[in-house]
Amino acid sequence: MKIAIASGKGGTGKTTLAVNLAASAPMPICLLDCDVEEPNAHLFIQTERIQRYPEGVFVPVIDTDRCTLCGKCETICRFSALVIIGKRLLAYPEMCHACLGCMRICPEEAISPGERILGDVVSATFGTHQLIWGEMRVGEAMSPPLIEAVQRMAPDDRSLLLDAPPGTSCPMIAAIRDCDFVVLVTEPTPFGLHDLSLAVETARHLKIPCGIVVNRAEKGNTQIQDYASREKIPLLLEIPFKRSYAESYSRGEKLIDTDPALKKAFTGLWEIILKRGQEIRRAS
Amino acid sequence: MKELVILSGKGGTGKTSISAAFAHLAPSRILVDADVDAANLHLVVPHKVFSSEPFSGGILPELDPTLCTDCGTCVEVCAFHAIKDAHPPEIDPVYCEGCGICHDFCPAGAIGLKPRISGTWFHSSTAEGPMLHAHLGIAEENSGKLVSMLRKRAGELGRQGGYPLILVDGPPGIGCPVIASLTGADLVLMVTEPTLSGRHDMLRLAKLCARMRIPVCLTLNKWDLNPEMTHTMEEEARNRGIEILTSIPFDTEMAKAMAAGRSLTEISSGPASQALMQLWQEVLGLLEKQQKSSDGGLLIMESLKQETIP
Repeated sequence: MKIAIASGKGGTGKTTLAVNLAASAPMPICLLDCDVEEPNAHLFIQTERIQRYPEGVFVPVIDTDRCTLCGKCETICRFSALVIIGKRLLAYPEMCHACLGCMRICPEEAISPGERILGDVVSATFGTHQLIWGEMRVGEAMSPPLIEAVQRMAPDDRSLLLDAPPGTSCPMIAAIRDCDFVVLVTEPTPFGLHDLSLAVETARHLKIPCGIVVNRAEKGNTQIQDYASREKIPLLLEIPFKRSYAESYSRGEKLIDTDPALKKAFTGLWEIILKRGQEIRRAS
Repeated sequence: MKELVILSGKGGTGKTSISAAFAHLAPSRILVDADVDAANLHLVVPHKVFSSEPFSGGILPELDPTLCTDCGTCVEVCAFHAIKDAHPPEIDPVYCEGCGICHDFCPAGAIGLKPRISGTWFHSSTAEGPMLHAHLGIAEENSGKLVSMLRKRAGELGRQGGYPLILVDGPPGIGCPVIASLTGADLVLMVTEPTLSGRHDMLRLAKLCARMRIPVCLTLNKWDLNPEMTHTMEEEARNRGIEILTSIPFDTEMAKAMAAGRSLTEISSGPASQALMQLWQEVLGLLEKQQKSSDGGLLIMESLKQETIP
């Protein structure tokens, strides 16, 4: 089973939920931190056996001796990664989306595959669990191929818990699109509610069932609960706002260590998620 | 005209709340919400939309089943696995990158290309000047292009209307839309929080700004949640040549302002609001210093400053 934790709005508690849920898992799991621009899960986890693998993506390399400046590659590339200036064909690797169109169209076989490093995929263990995260090279713009690389490295013999990047555009989609269930974390504020509704629309568009976790819940503030019941989305868990939680988070501590009473809540959440998983499997 | 971009690396550190306060404190400015996939600024800045336009940042292939010979070429050439090997093949817009090579290589000419409408952008008016914001469609791409377009429009409007400042509320992260928000800006205000994650993400963003040669200043939001971490982060930032500005204390008034759909400085005179007013003056000072060095002492910023002293 592959479960994503996503949110729309940033800073609502995706990573907090992911690391606490991972540490409360009833079986060995693999946590995938797919926020490759700003991966944070490893900051909260004591990891061992860290291994790094650089990850690259195709870029065109031009053989100027073979190139006849016919311009076919320049025409086919819709990302302006190949441009003829004067009597030279120039490649702009940072514009390339790796569609390989230029290589296919070149009649002279003057374009060969090169590589641009996107960043690293890092694998580590913690207890019986595994953690895999991506670390995008600073200055690189394109995160989806690295997000896919993190997922390719995941083992296929255990459940996967995936910490998604914020937003609702390509990076978030690349992270959640083949998940079985998505847990949407939000906070009871107008921003939290607005972005939650965008994330719900996204999950529905991708046909992935979802549930909601309210973080920093306050007594008497029911805007998220009201929305969930209106939209008929299961409310999975409420984590109350406590200044002590915020302070221990700031030091990189897990909630279940700060307040062991929460451990039961996370174990309960696993039960709900696994039950949902069984239902989904039965339905398909 | 100067352009100030508010960024954080980590999400949820207070970029939009601070942008809204600055938008209210500046008597004349253009406001841009560059977090196009989860735009929130319009929720706390009273405004009136006076035009909206579709945004097309790419193309989408469209297969004509009457022309398709079912040869499978499109399935084979698509590097993004966006074409399902059905009969006839099915194009999945969620996976499609918009490279168009399925169209180029289709021997039957069965695949056409149409512009992909990936969102809507709005030109709104507020008491202190125009606001440009957008809404990226569900599961759409090209947020970077949309951000660049909004900033370009803001620049045009600014020059026409003689606005002294463009204020950009940026997206989280350090990828495509952040780079699009930053390129060519005059000053970045990093808004972060004293947490391990905030620190990690701040350092990556600082590296990006340094690489792009854009001056950076820093404020720590909710600094009192961990004074020790605040101190460490300010030291680290200072060592990287980042200007350290007033930090903002944790204040429940912040959430109240958001719930009321207003900026904090409009409805509160509590400690966080006071800190924001101080921060605004400091940011203006930095922008002015740059103005003097780069434009030989134009004093437009000076007039801004006088009007907003609390």
